[in-house]
Amino acid sequence: MSEKVKFGRSKVFFDPFERRPGPIKKNMHYCPGCGHGILHKLIAEAIEEYGIQGKTVIIAPVGCAVFAYYYFNVGSISVPHGRAPAVATGASRANPDSFVISYQGDGDLAAIGFNEFIQAANRGEKISVFFVNNSNYGMTGGQMAPTTLPGQITTTSPYGRNPETDGFPTKVCEIVNALEAPVYIERVALTSTANILKAKKAVNKAIENLRDRKGFSLVEVLSPCPINLKMSADQVNDFIDEKMTKFFPLGCVRDRSAATPVGEQPPAVIRAPEEVKSLLLPGVSENSNAADASKFAVFQKERRVKICGFGGQGVLSLGLNLANMGRLSKLNVSWMPSYGPEQRGGAASCAVIVNSGAISSPMVDRDCDLLIAMTQTGLDKFRHVLGENGILVYDHSTMAKPAVGPHQKVYGLDALAIANSVGNPKCANSAIIGALSVILRNNGFSESEEKAFDAAYQDAITENFAAKPAVLKQNLEAFAAGKKAALE
Amino acid sequence: MKYNHRLLLKGNEAAVYGALLAGCDCYFGYPITPASEIAQAAALLFPRLHRTFIQAESEIGAINMVIGGVAAGHRCLTASSGLGISLKQEGVSYLAGYEMPAVILDITRGGPGLGNIGPEQADYFQLVKGGGHGSYKCLVFTPNSVQEMCDMTIDAFHMAEKYRMPAYVMADGVIGQMMESVELPEPATDVYDPEWKMGRIVDGKANYITSIYMEHDDLEAQNVKLQKKYREIEAKEQRCETYCADDAELVIVAYGICSRIARGAVDQLRAEGLKVGLVRPQMVYPFPVDALQKIVKGGKAKAVMSLEMSAGQMIEDIKLAVECKLPVMLCNRMGGNVPGGDEVCAAAKKMMKELAK
Amino acid sequence: MAAKKHRISISADECKGCRRCIPACPKKLISVGNAINIQGYVAVKADHPEDCIGCGSCFHQCPEPGAITIYVEE
Repeated sequence: MSEKVKFGRSKVFFDPFERRPGPIKKNMHYCPGCGHGILHKLIAEAIEEYGIQGKTVIIAPVGCAVFAYYYFNVGSISVPHGRAPAVATGASRANPDSFVISYQGDGDLAAIGFNEFIQAANRGEKISVFFVNNSNYGMTGGQMAPTTLPGQITTTSPYGRNPETDGFPTKVCEIVNALEAPVYIERVALTSTANILKAKKAVNKAIENLRDRKGFSLVEVLSPCPINLKMSADQVNDFIDEKMTKFFPLGCVRDRSAATPVGEQPPAVIRAPEEVKSLLLPGVSENSNAADASKFAVFQKERRVKICGFGGQGVLSLGLNLANMGRLSKLNVSWMPSYGPEQRGGAASCAVIVNSGAISSPMVDRDCDLLIAMTQTGLDKFRHVLGENGILVYDHSTMAKPAVGPHQKVYGLDALAIANSVGNPKCANSAIIGALSVILRNNGFSESEEKAFDAAYQDAITENFAAKPAVLKQNLEAFAAGKKAALE
Repeated sequence: MKYNHRLLLKGNEAAVYGALLAGCDCYFGYPITPASEIAQAAALLFPRLHRTFIQAESEIGAINMVIGGVAAGHRCLTASSGLGISLKQEGVSYLAGYEMPAVILDITRGGPGLGNIGPEQADYFQLVKGGGHGSYKCLVFTPNSVQEMCDMTIDAFHMAEKYRMPAYVMADGVIGQMMESVELPEPATDVYDPEWKMGRIVDGKANYITSIYMEHDDLEAQNVKLQKKYREIEAKEQRCETYCADDAELVIVAYGICSRIARGAVDQLRAEGLKVGLVRPQMVYPFPVDALQKIVKGGKAKAVMSLEMSAGQMIEDIKLAVECKLPVMLCNRMGGNVPGGDEVCAAAKKMMKELAK
Repeated sequence: MAAKKHRISISADECKGCRRCIPACPKKLISVGNAINIQGYVAVKADHPEDCIGCGSCFHQCPEPGAITIYVEE
């Protein structure tokens, strides 16, 4: 009689298990009667049936199944305790054409890794999670799990799990059912053959959803752990069927598989250098007027600027404009903000340094050449940084003329009023830079340097507001008005 | 079309550009001051190139997503600061155990505990000495400019891949937050497809990745292999810059923002006729032992000063490097305070006065 | 048409003796053996393997990948 195998070892398993250390190469390492083996077989058969072996990845975190890579001839990684859904997320997003399975126990999924799990479920990652619930921590010797039943004795609940202090068993499927994204949620049990065949259907559906990239599938598997529970094969089946299912009712909790379309592949990563550059870098401006200022006498040493005021006054963007002007004029520049919550209200300040050579520290805490104060509070905080020959510019519309040292110079400007006159209070920045053009001319800038300064401003502001011509126009008007006011 | 490669960027942003130009496919991270611009820039730029950005649920989630992406054969990046890095350490230990490359940006802030968002350099120990469990090392780059934030992020990918290990780019909050003009390099054109990647079929068997070795001898052998790799790195990859160090009587060692302040101080002290020099580690693992040994052997140096924004962490490596042949003193600030140039000059003068006695 | 013939084969060295298969067999073909195998377990044995009806119940109950194989005539 010629015959063929009707039920036998899946070809998705290695044969023999060469990666398993020790002499036993045909068996898994699990204890006698353990449900992991039964579930491994169902998963292997489903991978075979749906033809996804070549691109399947099994993520096996800490727990009895951490050695899954001994057995399944698919991509595999053993990962930190509880983190399998995060690793699965990374693997699945990085390689969207792979099929990623997260295989987790109850300590892993429902305790130490609950956040990673629930977040991956909530994002609707296109992965399938097999959750082995055996009511205890198997690998470490039968300690209490989140799924341990009330009154159940384990090595860390020697008086029985007390719901008063330990809480009640965690109903994972029901919690996941509160989320929008998951496609398929079912709880099965590895007890009677009828139940195992139901489990097989559920595993197949989760693998089918994986193949079709439909989204997040969860199969919770009530699984026998006879050795830790100190039960025989019959007793452990009865324990699951009669006691565990009271807390963990079997059945499908959600199935949106049919209504969910087959998932599409995301577009391919862009790597071609020209395309990368076109998407990351601005085009070279063809009408730049900014001069090469690196030879200017004034920039043969560090020029240090401090700007202070309140958040919202444009303190940081004024500094940014100056820094951009320097960059466009081929100078080295640095811009250093006061960072953190104060950026969003309260005192704000920034430091700008411009130099033809290298810039040492980006902080300006002394020998400041130019201090621009938009508020009295800011001035009070930073007036000490102004060098003895420094220039102080303040907003005349918000504060009185401050006293300065014998060699220091002070200039007031109604910056806010000028900005309002061009119809945009946010242009106070540009008014101040306009005034600076004149102030610097009066303090060492040559005529050509003043021209270069103005051209650099024009380039910087044009680059900044290329997409907003109306705002650009207002800024240019404010700059001109600031310049005019300073001349007067 | 010609593109402008010279941009004004924050250090944090420059690192993201560097990663993309190095061919990084995935960013996984959780926002934290002063590193948040990294997540923001990644959120803006990675999808533009059809690459992956995920705002992870936690630092732990982020580093494990990195593990998944790297195992799948892609260049991955994550970033955080101080306390966030503390949370990532389990995953970093796994990366070291797996021998997988990944780049982690640490924009350091004040500690311990919640500390503050000011710039400290007190993550030195947790990055340089391992940080998590097990005898492992990570490459640690220490940029001191926005340009280096870009360049060293690229270097970090390459060196991490060469040695199959995690690499940090450690910058203090000042380097992360400041803006400077940066010259961005051309995009990478290499095809990254590591032979060890998970799922690659070799002789009919799918590759797996693990860090578990149940047999004690196997785990010992793996540790021996790792240590051999670390000795090779220590011999070949030290990186530092020296400034006026050859004839210096006092050598300042400083990295990150401190190194820029120190350089200014060296100029000022030299102008006053004092022989002070600078050793600026560009990597602190491996530590530039050879450069410091050279200074010891040169015979000119009388002392070394460690300038740090911590209670004195790098100073331990300096002491090991000079092998007790020179006194090593600490000049430091903590709590988010950045030492001023005057402060450094005063400390150096005081130190030189004591040496003269 | 007569029912196809089946045969159960138990690899004694691959059995861990958990006995999940014994009550699962509707024909009661499986019983506890009397020798200790290479893994140190008392393996089960199939008493009349050719009486197998090929339902697969024992195979599905078995946690080991290849301890039980069911054959069908071609």
